[in-house]
Amino acid sequence: MSGGLSGRAAIAGIGATEFSKESGRSELRLAAEAVLAALDDAGLSPADVDGLVTFTQDANQEIAVAREIGAGDLSFFSRVEYGGGAACGTVAHAAMAVATGMARTVVCYRAFNERSGRRFGRPDAGLGGQPTSQGLEMSWHVPYGLATPAAWVAMFARRYLHVHGASSEDFGRVAVAMRRHAATNPAAWFHGRPITLEEHQASRWIAEPLRLLDCCQESDGAVALVVTSAERARDLRRSPALITAAAQGSAAGQMMMTSYYRDDLTGLPEMGVVGRRLWEASGLSPGDVQTAILYDHFTPFVLVQLEELGFCGRGEAPDLVRDGGIELGGRLPVNPHGGQLGEAYIHGMNGIAEAVRQIRGTSANQVGGVANVLVTAGTGVPTSGLVLSAG
Amino acid sequence: MTAGEPREGGLPGERELRELAAKQAALGEIRGTPAADPVNAPMIRHWLDAMGDENPVYLDEGLAPPAMAQVWTMPGVRRRAGDPSPVDDVLAALDAGGYTGVVATNCRQTYHRYARVGERLTPATRFTSLAGPKRTALGEGYFATWDVTWYAETGEAVAEMMFRVLKFRPPRNQEQPQTVEPYPLRPAVSPDTAFFWEGVRRGELRVQSCGDCGELRHPPGPMCPRCRSGNRSYAVASGEGVVHSYVVHHHPPVPGLRPPFAVALVELPEGVRIVGGVVDCPPGDVTVGMPVRVTFRRMDDELTLPLWKPKERR
Repeated sequence: MSGGLSGRAAIAGIGATEFSKESGRSELRLAAEAVLAALDDAGLSPADVDGLVTFTQDANQEIAVAREIGAGDLSFFSRVEYGGGAACGTVAHAAMAVATGMARTVVCYRAFNERSGRRFGRPDAGLGGQPTSQGLEMSWHVPYGLATPAAWVAMFARRYLHVHGASSEDFGRVAVAMRRHAATNPAAWFHGRPITLEEHQASRWIAEPLRLLDCCQESDGAVALVVTSAERARDLRRSPALITAAAQGSAAGQMMMTSYYRDDLTGLPEMGVVGRRLWEASGLSPGDVQTAILYDHFTPFVLVQLEELGFCGRGEAPDLVRDGGIELGGRLPVNPHGGQLGEAYIHGMNGIAEAVRQIRGTSANQVGGVANVLVTAGTGVPTSGLVLSAG
Repeated sequence: MTAGEPREGGLPGERELRELAAKQAALGEIRGTPAADPVNAPMIRHWLDAMGDENPVYLDEGLAPPAMAQVWTMPGVRRRAGDPSPVDDVLAALDAGGYTGVVATNCRQTYHRYARVGERLTPATRFTSLAGPKRTALGEGYFATWDVTWYAETGEAVAEMMFRVLKFRPPRNQEQPQTVEPYPLRPAVSPDTAFFWEGVRRGELRVQSCGDCGELRHPPGPMCPRCRSGNRSYAVASGEGVVHSYVVHHHPPVPGLRPPFAVALVELPEGVRIVGGVVDCPPGDVTVGMPVRVTFRRMDDELTLPLWKPKERR
């Protein structure tokens, strides 16, 4: 149970490659570079690593990464399913391994050339091709041309607009906030390049009601996170980010990106599962987090997450984001690094690294007095979340 | 180069075709080669047999059935060279101009008297008109018309025929009308979903129903999530629905489809939802709450998809 996990493990090191559109090197090399950087950040060596966790979608097996970094024996390795929904789940698995003694030093990683290699934003005609459970799910959608993440999300977004009387500008304010944050983050792809709401409104349609600037980037890069016991983390080089709560969640009628057959399309019930478990395990409430890292592959789901996690009521997120509510200095600064819309799309792992920086007090866009940060993973899919705390 | 001059090494244009047609019509009636054989009983017998004509008068009286008029002077598979006709030059020019398709559109015969066994008939052809170019369902083309008259050795006209063909330019996309490009977005099918696609092929929108508790479910699966029965059946939906939500896809390109296109999540009165493309409607006209009706579209030789069109207003 998450309650039993609370405070027992911590993120002791973070590492990343540069974020680019063409890394010019292999995904395995990116993975190894990020893992080594995270170990260095923690003040640990590859010989300390006895566990590795990554996404099911990652092309770099744990054993391959272990070979490249020169690690020895592994006693724990695990994969987490469901695309970007895996991000916080990798840390949850690592924390469980550490808390139960399966491993002492577990590195979570995600590495891909998602822009210069296979781009997730491109339709894959083969998605519905195999009679696996996922292939069959896709077969109710892909044959009609509903074949890209933007299009899958657009179906929810249209319903949200219809039910709550919201507008494309409400989505646009999320994009404007993320780009404003990225503009002052030197590691962000869109560093120095903020946008206005007018520019958002003038950007072309991708899948109505989503415009180009409602969609996150596609990026090359890697991020790694070192998880170890809280006790040990306190003795390492950097201030620990305690894992106060970690949760995974899926809900009734769950599908990958196309849970269109539930009564209500305006929520993300799987994120509701994660949120309830995080608040319960941490003993915290939305008012206790100073900043939130919300998965932002597409702007509409940032609004829905604000509602689903209890930061505002149903249909009230457009009001929350109006007048800079999620910007630095606002009521709830969201994604101070610029999120995946502004910094890079590393499947949510770069957001966890930002949460650690906020806890340490070392972010380029540091929020004042951060004690707790909430982090979420991929939306529209079975997902996961974390509450990280100073200590 | 000015209009009307023959184009150097080029194809005959509209004006050239008109001039040729006028020249050929001015030639008047051109007598052809007499029939290879005189009117004869064996050929009449075969004809009557093939046609199922049991009237004894022809063989009893030595008369040819009037509809055999063309038979006596048909050129055969290996046409003899030098058979003069004012039509051939026109047809050849149309071929050269790209009007290579041909379909007979009119044939009207007039019989003056019976041809008798032993008579040798001679055809005479008069080119009468060339009309076009005209847009037709087959493609752009010209209608060429000519008359043929069959004369007995006495000089009497036995029969006449007006014959008209359409010579058309085959549209490029119909050059191989038998081959349909396979639609690239194909569903996977399992034993749990085959009934749905089988229904679609038969023009039925099938919704899985539980064989025990009757619960309707879409998308279908192997179990009933309500009562856990594996006993499955299906109901055929009315085909009506209402748009619950929709997407208009613009970018990036999706194989097999031309953006922008609309895809809707349709709520059926039966109580389930289904996703499908919206057709017969500009994508920008789709709205939440729009009444729609299913339509089954063949995407290629193997795949039919259930799509949705606006419901007709009464």
